[in-house]
Amino acid sequence: MDRKMKVQLDGNLESQGLARAVAAAYLAEMDPTMDELTEVKTAVSEAVSNVAIHAYPGTACGDMILEFARLAQDTIMIKVTDKGVGIENIARAMEPLFTTDEGEMCSGMGFTVMESFMDKIRVDSSPGSGTTVTMIKKLDTYYGI
Amino acid sequence: MEIIYEVSDDILIAGLFGELDHHGAAKIRRDIDDMLELYGSRHLIFDFSRVTFMDSAGIGVILGRYRKLQSAGGKVAIASCSPKIRNILNMAGIFSIMEYADTKIHALKILKGKEVS
Repeated sequence: MDRKMKVQLDGNLESQGLARAVAAAYLAEMDPTMDELTEVKTAVSEAVSNVAIHAYPGTACGDMILEFARLAQDTIMIKVTDKGVGIENIARAMEPLFTTDEGEMCSGMGFTVMESFMDKIRVDSSPGSGTTVTMIKKLDTYYGI
Repeated sequence: MEIIYEVSDDILIAGLFGELDHHGAAKIRRDIDDMLELYGSRHLIFDFSRVTFMDSAGIGVILGRYRKLQSAGGKVAIASCSPKIRNILNMAGIFSIMEYADTKIHALKILKGKEVS
């Protein structure tokens, strides 16, 4: 692992734009295509939404840690960690269109979007001990400029 | 995110500007619902030509308006998405229940029944 970066943000929706900007800034050095940049920003946005909406129910807002690292010159790893309520059934939570939200805030597509825009995604969670979402993406071409 | 509205007969066009994420989604939902009520619009077109970023929050915004209008016989159409945004909407099967058009003018024609897509 190379060029590690760790950022702590409030686990609420106000952090979404900033989290995307941080991800874009980290990725910029890796010379991504516009498509890759959009995909990574979208995946980070989804992970941050999940923390903000689900991890800390009620009024309490906990922290969220974003970690970035390069696994190889052209491969990025992003971890989004919270210390919130955790996920009871991870497989179910990752099903397309599954949501615990009864209003119209959530579409149940967050994990599906992350999975399709990143190469690998792993969710570690248990009730009461928070959640870590790890995402890995290999950029298509590294020009070495 | 800002929205600029246009009205044509019983169709409301919501021209979205900027980034559409969960942070801004609640305000957008309220805003569009208020305008639908104000103009008594039956149909709605989402114009995405100036949306620079959208995550799955957009799906909820579109589906919520669709459900409301559909129960009164209204239709929703989507116009001018970037390929990535289209990709996200496709994942949720949005285009199997509503029309897509390359421009808002084309979407208007579809909703007014002057042209079949």
